[in-house]
Amino acid sequence: MKTFYWLVKREFWEHRGGFLWAPVWSAGIVWLTTLMGIISAEVFRSKAGIRLNGVDIGSMSKSLDADNLTRVGYAIDAYMMSPAFLVSVVMFVVVLFYAMNTLAEDRRDRSILFWKSLPVSDRDTVLSKLFCAAVLVPAIAIAVSIAASLAMLILVAVVAAFHGFNLGQVLWSLPHPFSIAFNLIANLPLYVVWALPSIGWLLLASAWSRSRTFLWAIMLPVGAGVLVSWFNLMGSIGIETSWFWKNIVGRALLSIYPGSWMPEQFYDAARQGDIKDPSTLFNVLHVDYSLLLTAPFLIGAVAGIVMIAAAIWLRRWRTDA
Amino acid sequence: MSAIVSASHLRKRYKSTQALDDVSLEIQPGRIVGLIGPNGAGKTTALKAILGLTDFDGELKVRGLDPRTQRDALMREVCFIADVAVLPKWIRVNEVIDFVANVHPKFDRARCQRFLANTKLQPRQRVKEMSKGMIVQLHLAIVMAIDARLLVLDEPTLGLDILYRKQFYQRLLEDYFDENKTILVTTHQVEEIEHILTDLIFIRDGKISLDASMDEVGERFTEVMVDAAHVEAARALQPLDERQVFGKSICLFDGVPRAQLEHLGETRRPSVSDLFVATMKGTYA
Repeated sequence: MKTFYWLVKREFWEHRGGFLWAPVWSAGIVWLTTLMGIISAEVFRSKAGIRLNGVDIGSMSKSLDADNLTRVGYAIDAYMMSPAFLVSVVMFVVVLFYAMNTLAEDRRDRSILFWKSLPVSDRDTVLSKLFCAAVLVPAIAIAVSIAASLAMLILVAVVAAFHGFNLGQVLWSLPHPFSIAFNLIANLPLYVVWALPSIGWLLLASAWSRSRTFLWAIMLPVGAGVLVSWFNLMGSIGIETSWFWKNIVGRALLSIYPGSWMPEQFYDAARQGDIKDPSTLFNVLHVDYSLLLTAPFLIGAVAGIVMIAAAIWLRRWRTDA
Repeated sequence: MSAIVSASHLRKRYKSTQALDDVSLEIQPGRIVGLIGPNGAGKTTALKAILGLTDFDGELKVRGLDPRTQRDALMREVCFIADVAVLPKWIRVNEVIDFVANVHPKFDRARCQRFLANTKLQPRQRVKEMSKGMIVQLHLAIVMAIDARLLVLDEPTLGLDILYRKQFYQRLLEDYFDENKTILVTTHQVEEIEHILTDLIFIRDGKISLDASMDEVGERFTEVMVDAAHVEAARALQPLDERQVFGKSICLFDGVPRAQLEHLGETRRPSVSDLFVATMKGTYA
């Protein structure tokens, strides 16, 4: 356990910029640009009133019926989530490049010969890298997103208060900061399982490639997808093009995007007519652990575990690039 | 005492070359063994096999463990510096010490700090800010603070200036080596290590061509500065090698008793590099 802790710490030392500072800076930039936008709006359009998500606050604050109040709450929610959106994109890029390079870079610069001189098993080494990609980086991204969304809430609430809203109301009773924060955290276990095939594939490509890891990691699945599409144009080969792109290519590369299982869930809900009011937009974030027992999660996880085991085996015998 | 390394009939084939060709050897504890060979002779492959970094055919036990299947346990007993300056570029001095201290049960942090006190290295310094010589100083300080049974060094001083090279082996001898430890070293700078070696192994084309203690080498090989009058007599004894220096013939004999050679001229123990050159003749031809 102690060794594992220090292995993870080592990864954090090496990748502090990507793991910690990249999400912090991106959240900070969204907050700052929002602040700048609000200031310019206040300066240039103070008489016309500012608009949040197309809702004119100046006029709304005078006719506070319940329906409008709810909409104000959701508008504030959307603002709160805006830093989290950029953080999720940045985190996707960080995890993608981290996982595809982490078992290749130390072979390239030969520092693997130092790491391998220590009594640390290849299994622990690879698992510590898996932990970073699947748990540590997302956990940091979630923490940063929550902190940024609270900072955003305060900013928006203060502005709204200047426009006639009750500060306590816009800060506390209308938006849903706690349920959003809770949902972000509670979705982490789903993320870990969902991301396994992608992280497994990237680690495998990383452990396997001798050079041009990027090409192998990205172009192999994409190339396979193109081939399947092409063969289907020429006449069916029994694999449906869209099925292949979604379940093979997509799961090998895009499952590390936070909540990438959610759109389908949302689509199903929409088809069943469950989406009637904007609140379901946040229902998408709602945690449903029963998903863990569905085929996309289970089969993906098994594929991921197999590829991680293969990466461990390759790590044992491959010491040069 | 049982052997630290015992190998029998090791074979390893890369695509076009037989890197190890029926190699058998034993290394006893408390020895400093030089594994010497030309480029591509199989030195590094032999070391990689001992360190569990490559697969091979044959029997190999290091401290009684099979490096192929028991590598994790083996790395508690064995330490190595493979190649120069392989410490990761991004790491800081204090970070690498913290890390090793927490994952290696036999690492003595105080000892490591003591070695580092004799260098210019700063705790917050990153490896990428260091010269090659400084990186090797750091690596050596870490390795010497590990109480390992076997230390394997593969070209540990390649590309360093003479000050760093001398210091490297001096440190190793003064502050590290004792009768419980074994050092296995490969290098091309044979002259610099021959005075510290206790055993010598020559390897050529994947085969062991010489495996002897330095004492045995001294008894077996004799170099004679042959007087002009005795050249024919010397040649009749079939020297391993003959070269001309200042008009005199210097002959190297293998297994000819010294008493028999003394009347031919001045005798002396050959240097390892002369012996190496003589036995490796025609390697690249």
